[in-house]
Amino acid sequence: MKQSKKSIVLSYAILAFATLIVLLPFFWMLVSSFKSQRELFAYPPKFLPSVWKWENYKQVLSAGSISFFQMFLNSMKVTLPVVVLNITFSSLAAYAFARINFPFKNFIFMMFISSMMIPAAVVMIPRFMLFTNLKLVDTYWPLILPSAFGTAFSIFLLRQFFMTIPKDLEEAAVIDGCGKFRIWATIIVPLSKPIIATLSVFLFQGTYNDFMGPLIYLNTDTKFTIQLGLASFRNSFATRYDLIMAGSMLALIPVLIIYIVCQKYIVKGIVMSGLKG
Amino acid sequence: MASVNTNSPKKKTKNMTLHKKDAISGYMFIAPALISFLVFVLYPVIASFVISGFNWGILGTPKFIGLENYKTLFNDPVFIESLKNTFKWVIIYVPFSILVSLIIALAMDMPLRGIGFFRTMFYLPVMTPMVVCALLFVWIYNTEFGVLNYVLSFFDISAIGWLSDKRISLISIALMSVWKHSGYNMLILLSALQGIPDSLYEAAALDGITPWRKLIDIKLPLIMPSMYFVVLTSVIDAFQVFTEVFIMTKGGPGYSTHTVSYYLFANAFEYGKMGYACAMAVVMFIIILVVTLIQDKIMNKNVQYDS
Repeated sequence: MKQSKKSIVLSYAILAFATLIVLLPFFWMLVSSFKSQRELFAYPPKFLPSVWKWENYKQVLSAGSISFFQMFLNSMKVTLPVVVLNITFSSLAAYAFARINFPFKNFIFMMFISSMMIPAAVVMIPRFMLFTNLKLVDTYWPLILPSAFGTAFSIFLLRQFFMTIPKDLEEAAVIDGCGKFRIWATIIVPLSKPIIATLSVFLFQGTYNDFMGPLIYLNTDTKFTIQLGLASFRNSFATRYDLIMAGSMLALIPVLIIYIVCQKYIVKGIVMSGLKG
Repeated sequence: MASVNTNSPKKKTKNMTLHKKDAISGYMFIAPALISFLVFVLYPVIASFVISGFNWGILGTPKFIGLENYKTLFNDPVFIESLKNTFKWVIIYVPFSILVSLIIALAMDMPLRGIGFFRTMFYLPVMTPMVVCALLFVWIYNTEFGVLNYVLSFFDISAIGWLSDKRISLISIALMSVWKHSGYNMLILLSALQGIPDSLYEAAALDGITPWRKLIDIKLPLIMPSMYFVVLTSVIDAFQVFTEVFIMTKGGPGYSTHTVSYYLFANAFEYGKMGYACAMAVVMFIIILVVTLIQDKIMNKNVQYDS
């Protein structure tokens, strides 16, 4: 296929420009995190720090009321249960929606799907009251429970994938007298590793990056997650952009690692979620 | 989507028991998700409507006041301002972000080298926590020491109060949001573009089509279903903008970046006015519902290309 040279050149120009716009802020975060206070507020600003100040990182690790390690641990206490439980229960439901006939199946499925457009604000306050009555405010339960037993988006994504698995694979198992649960556990789940990887990344990112949930439910600063800790850190050190940027870099590292390792799954997942069901 | 039953009458009795078995196991499989949905989604939605009819504080007994909260709401200048800002946000953010996504997707749908690299780069801000992005841009936007104003000073543009000037604070936050989110929609649109069969382009090439006509007559119409998805989800998300506003400006300066979500949060968790906040949530819900239905009407008309 012949492409006109002009459009190729134009495309490269657009992409180069966009890459610059995307990367420069990250670059600025990196260099700012290594600058001394004085260089940070120097005018005209220097692009590279004259001395790379690693102390900023040392300082930020323990500068807030709790250490960054503790905040990271707290984030994981919420994130890991959500990822594991959500995928387990979502895939059970998704399997039923993909393969089993039961009354009101389509109705229930459509109910799940349409719930994705409900704004978070509409469920926020009654949920908060519910957890207040259960005396679970200032614990991690309100952050874990609502997404632990399966959520519409996960169920939708898994169902889409399960529908593409050929049915013959299960029929052999049925003849052998396998129950539905065993088919799910021994055939469906192992075949769905790619989509499970994708979903894990989405759930990890969504939960780890969440700010509003921890903001509503966590009061004690030793329980803060990274996002909440970072935001409150900024309230106590408003002008210490060196430390704020160093803290931001640290908060970015876990998602960065996940991103680098799981890139191909992310692209696949987005493509799938963009297809109409 | 519906599954079709193909039972012959003779097998009916056997199928009945099978059906029953299926029904039971089906419900067992979805039970956790369904119960969770009822408790954490359906019940709260209904409860929000109910609570919005009460004067409901943190302490004291709630008092039923009918539609009083809604009356107060539409006479509350801060709410009206927040509502205006939210619409302003949607109108600025959604078209701009989708245009950026589309332009980059079109550029990437060329036989270029290094597409993988570009894709990685453009998705990086999407992965980055919003808190991190917001703090980073607070620093970049800083009026006196921010790098943006420094760069603009080369072009003889005097310092702009990106976040401190009432007239542009909302736009500044929207620009940050475009920077953060465009990579997501770009990937969806790109995959739609790459799904267009080559045969269509070949046929068009025989007719000696210009690149411009190729864009207008082939590419854009064929990615309409994905465009529909992208617009719909972006609008729903945009109406709920919260974290970036909360971190970057706390709704200020003045009320210039107060959005409905922000004001709702403040009412519920800072002033303890639960009933009043629920009324806001209901209004937001209805607005999103109506806007989505209107979009569905308009856009579905344009999505009839797939045969």
